[in-house]
Amino acid sequence: MEFNKTWQDMLEQLKTWARVNSPWAIHFNSGSCNGCDIEILATLTPRYDMERFGLKLQGSPRHADVLICTGPVTRQARDRLIRIYEQMPDPKFVIAVGSCALSGGAFQGCYNILGGIDQVLPVDVYVPGCPPRPEAIIDGVVKLLEQLKAGYQPAARRSGVLRPVPVPVTDAG
Amino acid sequence: MTAEREPFRIPIGPQHPSLKEPGHFEFSVDGEIVTQASLRLGYVHRGIEKGAEQRSWVQALYLLERVCGICSHVHATAYCLGVEKLAGVEAPPRAQAIRSLVAELERIHSHLLWLGVAAHEAGFDMLFMHSWRDRETVMNLLEGITGNRVNYSANLLGGVKCDIDQRLADAIRAGLDYLEERTQHYLDVVLNDALFLRRTRGIGVMSREDAERLGVVGPTARASGVARDVRVDAPYAAYRTLPVQIVTEMAGDLQARFIVRVRELFETYRLIRTLLDTLPEGELTVRIPRRIPPGEAISRVEAPRGELFYYLKSNGSDQPERIKIRTPTLPNFASVLVLTVGRQLADVPMILAGIDPCFSCNDRMVAIHDTGEGRDRRWTWEQLRQHGIEVYR
Repeated sequence: MEFNKTWQDMLEQLKTWARVNSPWAIHFNSGSCNGCDIEILATLTPRYDMERFGLKLQGSPRHADVLICTGPVTRQARDRLIRIYEQMPDPKFVIAVGSCALSGGAFQGCYNILGGIDQVLPVDVYVPGCPPRPEAIIDGVVKLLEQLKAGYQPAARRSGVLRPVPVPVTDAG
Repeated sequence: MTAEREPFRIPIGPQHPSLKEPGHFEFSVDGEIVTQASLRLGYVHRGIEKGAEQRSWVQALYLLERVCGICSHVHATAYCLGVEKLAGVEAPPRAQAIRSLVAELERIHSHLLWLGVAAHEAGFDMLFMHSWRDRETVMNLLEGITGNRVNYSANLLGGVKCDIDQRLADAIRAGLDYLEERTQHYLDVVLNDALFLRRTRGIGVMSREDAERLGVVGPTARASGVARDVRVDAPYAAYRTLPVQIVTEMAGDLQARFIVRVRELFETYRLIRTLLDTLPEGELTVRIPRRIPPGEAISRVEAPRGELFYYLKSNGSDQPERIKIRTPTLPNFASVLVLTVGRQLADVPMILAGIDPCFSCNDRMVAIHDTGEGRDRRWTWEQLRQHGIEVYR
């Protein structure tokens, strides 16, 4: 037992412990082809069974700690993506799944694509692949949890950006 | 004096717990009964058709595969068949058979996936987990053949990339034996499980006339007694020599849609076994010119969800002039808006899941040709981009 700790430190430790053991996730498809979505679902089903890490996929952003994003960001899904992110309680973490979520992938250059998720939201974990295998998605989640144990702060807080970066909509790129 | 009552509107989506894809619905309800339904699509509109025009014929194949991750192989097949028709070449018989084989394996994966998701909507998560566990069998087979679980890219212009050897054929047969046994169990559940029947029997009934009027396709139409299947009506690839038996049901309710899809699985197992037994010897690819001769072509294939339509236009260069895609979910959506009216709100997710919706498939843009002003409505890249920016802010 360490006696020189303040009660705030203890509380922080308790919160981290709780957070690492039961991260609740929400999934949003902002323009994906479905491939990553079905692989995320496959990680929840018996063969891969992501729930053994305490991760639970559920419906409301207000209950979520982790936002799992798939697909490039399309112009019309962008506002929704930001709104969902803002509805999530702090601290919140973003996992970008799939090549499209990383950079726009195969859709790069299409007129309705803004690019990867990090054009709109601060991203904590990038999982590449088209689509990533379920093992890769699990690896991404586990890496995030390990980082959390080591006292990782969300990407948004580290960069001092608590609100998403506004994206100019009349860009020519 | 009573004021006109405003109908109570329930907006659902684009982020919603039931489906994994964004679509926005608005239901007006009177108590628990839906009185009006509307739909807003377009959240996953990525501009694929226009994007394909900026790529070469070969590059466009990989973009079009990503129209939909669930049925990527049929998209590639439809495109390849169309391009081969334009170029005047035909893929070798062995390639045609392998195309059909992968398409049928994909149908198994898609139907099992749908069975799980639809069971999840019914609150029957046990069936969801079971069918997804069994689906891993076919995912393994697809990975063994093509090297990827999803977006297999088995197709090339003028043939296929992957071959089936004896070891793979044995693995596929063994996998099918297991799946057949499991599918028998699913059929039993769909036909006899008392709780499940309460969510499916007599719900969302679509008569044959309605099905024809609304123009629904695929298993949704076949569940209403419309015997329509592109594999039979306009055979392509290996189906020209391989008769397909159409599975139909007359009831037209949700249960019929479950039965049709589960029974189609048995037909698919039979087709795959026949294809493996009669796999022709020979080459896998044929040479195809880099520049495709000018012309227009239409190509239709049967996706797991119904008829998939491709229109291709070439101007003689190495890039497509125009590609138009019509996916099966789009006509099927009309049926949801009609069928949900007058039903309980609680039945809406089931009716929606019953057509096996795929949002990423159907988010295309349509500009109606304006004959009144005689303007040419062929859009340039800049115009389309500007339009996208204005519409979506």
